[in-house]
Amino acid sequence: MSDTNHRRKPPRVGDAPLFRRTLIGIVLVLGALLILAPLVIIGVEAFSQGWQTYVATLDHPDTRHAIMMTVVTALIAVPVNTAFGIAAAWSITKFDFPGKRLLLVVIEIPFSVSPIVAGVAYLFVYGLQGIFGPLLDAYDVKILFALPGIVLASMFVTAPFVARELIPLMQAQGRDLEEAATSLGASGWRTFVAVTLPNVKWALLYGVVLCNARVMGEFGAVSIVSGNIRGQTNTLPLHIELLYHDYQAAGAFASASILALLAVFTIIAKVALERRGAGRRKALGTDAAPQGNRP
Amino acid sequence: MKIRLDNVIKTFDTFRAVHGVSLEIESGELVALLGPSGSGKTTILRMVAGLEYADGGHIYFGDQDATDIPVRDRGVGFVFQHYALFPHMTVAENIGFGMSVSKVKRSKAEIAARVAQLLKLVRLEGLGDRFPGQISGGQRQRVALARALAVDPKVLLLDEPFGALDANVRHDLRRWLREIHQELGITTIFVTHDQEEALDLADRVVILKEGRIVQQGTPQAVCRDPKDAFVLKFLGDANRLTGEVRGGRAMAGGAEVAAPGVADGPAEIFARPRDLDWSLQGPGVSATVTRVLDRPGERRVIASAASGEVLEFDVEPEREIAAGEAGFVTLRRAKVFALS
Repeated sequence: MSDTNHRRKPPRVGDAPLFRRTLIGIVLVLGALLILAPLVIIGVEAFSQGWQTYVATLDHPDTRHAIMMTVVTALIAVPVNTAFGIAAAWSITKFDFPGKRLLLVVIEIPFSVSPIVAGVAYLFVYGLQGIFGPLLDAYDVKILFALPGIVLASMFVTAPFVARELIPLMQAQGRDLEEAATSLGASGWRTFVAVTLPNVKWALLYGVVLCNARVMGEFGAVSIVSGNIRGQTNTLPLHIELLYHDYQAAGAFASASILALLAVFTIIAKVALERRGAGRRKALGTDAAPQGNRP
Repeated sequence: MKIRLDNVIKTFDTFRAVHGVSLEIESGELVALLGPSGSGKTTILRMVAGLEYADGGHIYFGDQDATDIPVRDRGVGFVFQHYALFPHMTVAENIGFGMSVSKVKRSKAEIAARVAQLLKLVRLEGLGDRFPGQISGGQRQRVALARALAVDPKVLLLDEPFGALDANVRHDLRRWLREIHQELGITTIFVTHDQEEALDLADRVVILKEGRIVQQGTPQAVCRDPKDAFVLKFLGDANRLTGEVRGGRAMAGGAEVAAPGVADGPAEIFARPRDLDWSLQGPGVSATVTRVLDRPGERRVIASAASGEVLEFDVEPEREIAAGEAGFVTLRRAKVFALS
């Protein structure tokens, strides 16, 4: 029983100190360079010309309007896509119907298509020269270069987020729980609210957070359909680009800091909600230890 | 409640899982659907529950045609193989779920009282506040049963109820389920691929193969008088010898056994390990012992016959027998089927 053998566990693969430190080092350096540094730069540049410029930029009617546009778009697009995602995931995982595989592929399309393509496609459908263009014009309905177009484009781009988070989880969970609930006499709605939803809530929340982040940050598709009209159809990302091209770097960074702040806020909200969920489970686990020895 | 299946058919895409099954289950009976995987037993159970719709035929609950009644209104208690307990609800909430979603409104106190009563029935008093993840597999299965019983089902359906449990727990739960059935007298159908479980537990065993009923009867009837080689082999280990029947006697390599009612001609002879014995003198099937396995209650001898068949049989624990020994396998009794 030599002392060293007694103390040391046999090394696992890749457990050598040098190897471990190198890996951790690479991750930390890359993380700092790729993720942390740009965020810091946004903060620094935003305040480079002092508080006054920062506040003035944010107080500018165009900026305020852009923030409003972004928030309104998110408030419409996120709930609609959440409902769509739940419905799609539910139907794909709990039912068998013809065209199920096709639906799966269709849901994936926005992930693989460049947002610019989506924007151009909307232009062809709803634009003046497009399929519904003349009809919409005749009834004086404005879709392109207005809020509806922006919301539609954002919804297209973010359609898969909630569904993609839910489908693998709900597939893994199977149909047993729902079948059990219905056999006990629960209605479809009751089954969904009391059984399905509580078991997918964290995946759902994660999907909603991702969807929200993407709606707020979407640039490509929105820039095509919005027409970039300052103070009217500019969302925050478009506004940042305009400011940047106008050589108002401080203004651009100030607006960017708002966008970054919105993103950070979303993530904090997600983490906080997750903590609450995990905390609840842990508290229950400690005060009632499982009793496994009885059949 | 009496259950009657009348020529029930189910097809999945192109695969016909159930071919025109007709079956009657008396009120208060405990019936096992026994068969290998792919025999359609679970599909039949799910059709009785209403979790699958029959493509043809009818299912009657008493005198009522239940074929098109949705599962929600059919009034069955279904126990799933993997329990399907709601993981986010406590044991008590799981058991009370059926009552709280019922169209018959019950007060919270009523539900709590019934839950307490059911917890007592399944011997889980004091575990009502646990979550399913905090109790053992056997306890989960009992919660699942209590949950199914809570809605006062007309019929109780169990899908491989003990399949996911280890042997000891399974044994105890079997006895216990039998007791509960005796106490409540509820018509019960359960599905299993374990012949021992079916024979242990059921009043009547229905043996299925490829979506058809092969044989049904009391455990005694199917064990003593299996209808064909499939049923015989499925119910337990059996040695197979080929031989010939002449004048009501079956002969195989020197061994001879009575075969009443079997037509003359080539036949297969099946004998359980306990129906064979070992002797150093003939007449019998001449064989050489290849291995001896010691078990708590007996010694299992594996011998290879001169004709090439491998025979397995049991001898008393005191019997001296060793690998390499040559002798004769004698037949005490056997089941003979004519080879067509």
